Amino acid sequence: MSPAAVTAMQQGLQSCETCHLLSRPAPGVEEGRCPRCDEELVFRKPDSIQRTWAYLIGAAICYIPANLLPVLTTTTATGKDSDTILQGVILLWSPTGWPLSLIVLFASIMIPSAKIVALVYLLISVQRGSVKNNAQRIRLYRMVEFIGRWSMVDVFVDTFTAALIQLQPLMSVEPAPGLLFFAAVVVLTMLAVESFDPRLIWDATSAKEVSI
Amino acid sequence: MSDERGSVPPLAESRAVPKRQTRLSLVWIIPIVAALVGVWIAVTRVLNEGPKITIVFRSAEGLDAGKTKLRYNGVDVGTIMKIRLSDDHEHVITEVQMAPKTEGFLVADTRFWVVRARISGATVTGLSTLISGDYIGMEIGSSKEDKRDFVALETPPVVTYEVAGRFFLLKTTNLGSLDSGTPIFFRRLQVGEVTSYALDNDGKMLTVKVFVRAPYDQYVNPDTRFWQASGIDVSLTASGLSVQTQSLLSILIGGIAFETFPSGRILPAAEQNTTFTLYSNRTQAFEPPPRNPQTYELLFKESVRGLEPGAPVEFRGIRVGQVTDIRAQIDARTFTFSAPVTIQLDPQRLGIKLFGLGPGEDLATIRRKVINSLVSHGVRAQLRTGNLLTGAAFVAFDFFPGAAPVTVDWSQTPVQLPTIPGELQLVEESATDILKKVDKLPFKAIGNDLQKALVDFAQTMVTARGTLASAQGTFTSATGTLDTASNVIQPNSVQLRELDNTLQEVSRAARSIRVLADYLERHPEALIRGKKGGPK
Repeated sequence: MSPAAVTAMQQGLQSCETCHLLSRPAPGVEEGRCPRCDEELVFRKPDSIQRTWAYLIGAAICYIPANLLPVLTTTTATGKDSDTILQGVILLWSPTGWPLSLIVLFASIMIPSAKIVALVYLLISVQRGSVKNNAQRIRLYRMVEFIGRWSMVDVFVDTFTAALIQLQPLMSVEPAPGLLFFAAVVVLTMLAVESFDPRLIWDATSAKEVSI
Repeated sequence: MSDERGSVPPLAESRAVPKRQTRLSLVWIIPIVAALVGVWIAVTRVLNEGPKITIVFRSAEGLDAGKTKLRYNGVDVGTIMKIRLSDDHEHVITEVQMAPKTEGFLVADTRFWVVRARISGATVTGLSTLISGDYIGMEIGSSKEDKRDFVALETPPVVTYEVAGRFFLLKTTNLGSLDSGTPIFFRRLQVGEVTSYALDNDGKMLTVKVFVRAPYDQYVNPDTRFWQASGIDVSLTASGLSVQTQSLLSILIGGIAFETFPSGRILPAAEQNTTFTLYSNRTQAFEPPPRNPQTYELLFKESVRGLEPGAPVEFRGIRVGQVTDIRAQIDARTFTFSAPVTIQLDPQRLGIKLFGLGPGEDLATIRRKVINSLVSHGVRAQLRTGNLLTGAAFVAFDFFPGAAPVTVDWSQTPVQLPTIPGELQLVEESATDILKKVDKLPFKAIGNDLQKALVDFAQTMVTARGTLASAQGTFTSATGTLDTASNVIQPNSVQLRELDNTLQEVSRAARSIRVLADYLERHPEALIRGKKGGPK
């Protein structure tokens, strides 16, 4: 294997997550601080897998009401209308509005679910000590990390709409409980991604190689 | 686990292994909280879920699954979740998810209907639905019986359960301009509305259901008359022009008015759903209704122009019935035209004063007897023109003493009563008769005869002149004779004086005889003894 297979942890070194400075921990001390940026230094994020699982399960639970409960209540002269995310997608679907409909579909339904599925896959593979597809898995992790923030678009759009469209008594838009859950899904998945330590992906590989 | 760390250069030989995390991280609170919240929401949703009901509609027009609301007094109490066709494809079955705690609304007599913009007569309702879309309106019943499957009303109820009042049924042959929502007037006060109308099963009459609000419903009693107050009722009578309307509203959209027949009786208010007749105008409404009308037939040989069904039948100027039917009839054998006119006589109007029914007698036989006697006394039906302007005719019964005797054939149905040609017809007929007779006169012969007579006359005149001459001679001699006679009877004539003397002598003689007679009466013995001396 390439020399990169040897990890810093195996060498007893700690890498700063913020400034990526490699430093040797002070003897006898497990938790030190980065001499350059004063970031807390750890070999691996503490309880990474457990925490990721916790966030992920929380996100998965919230994902259900987020899709079942209405996210937006529109009150117009025609009456009150509550729409869930999926209803919104259907509502937006029209010969001219389909791109918008697709954006909502991707950002609000597919991305959160994809994130959850991807993280579950990463967690399981790490826990099982898988050594395969390391490159793929790290790419997946980066993608999840990158894409995650875009899920917030829906929440922002909804909150903006609710704040801007207040033309009482003609029309008003209010966020509905579904939005809260949806925001929770987005936040929890982001936290899950954050708490997942991608270094765990190749730890198994390195361990295997070292042991060999 | 522990890391053994040497002091310096030879870099660690020991192998760092990530700590095995055995203790439970605090972060697990998050999924637990999320799960709890999720479960709580699910539980409250399930617990708060209202009843599901089905409502059957004729058509789902304007209804939208997931959108259309069910509203009670403007509050959303349910949403249509599903719309499907019934198995026979005749109706639309909607499944409605009711709001929580609405079980009490769903009783046997709760009514549902679609609220959409409707313009009926005086009222425009459901305007808001033009923007908001149709919704389902409901009215909560008072029954205690629970119900989940309902059939919606076709039209919204005009009157809701909360309004006190009474429903009445009006029978009419013609709906006119009535519609549900048409106002009901009592003394020009709007007191109710038409709620619905339906054609009777036999298709002959319409039943109009009306609602009269309390407290006005107490003025409806069995003697109350309802009539169509639609528009303006203008009538030109002998007393002048009279215009009757109820209100501007009723002129525009029609209406029904009612008033109680001033019978003087005090009657209890009419029961709910009492049936009344809806008259076409006020005059008709206040005519005493014919009870047990008798149908007769009149055969007119003359033109019945101007006679219409509904035309009055009068008996010496009193209305006793009306014409119900006029037909034309041509005798196939004689090719004569006749018009059988069916009339209805109201026996109430043509009152027969009864002095008790004899044995074996009933009203029908008495009526028969009376009519027989009337006919034998010369009562005949006659066509008369009531209005010279319009030529409207009516049937009049009157005495025609000179009419040819007829007997009424009671075996026919309807019984035919004898007729007599109309006055105009009579004049016409006699004029024709006279003209015919005049036409028949031999004017030429008369002329010839007249001429002859004149010639004869001239000759006669010549003869007469001779006669006159001789007559003159006769007259002259007669004059002489008369002169002689006059000399005889002149006052100082000798004959007259002598006659006078003679008469004086006779007078004296008579006196002596009277004296003698007197004496003899007193002294009858004087006849034998002679006269004695003078009285002592």
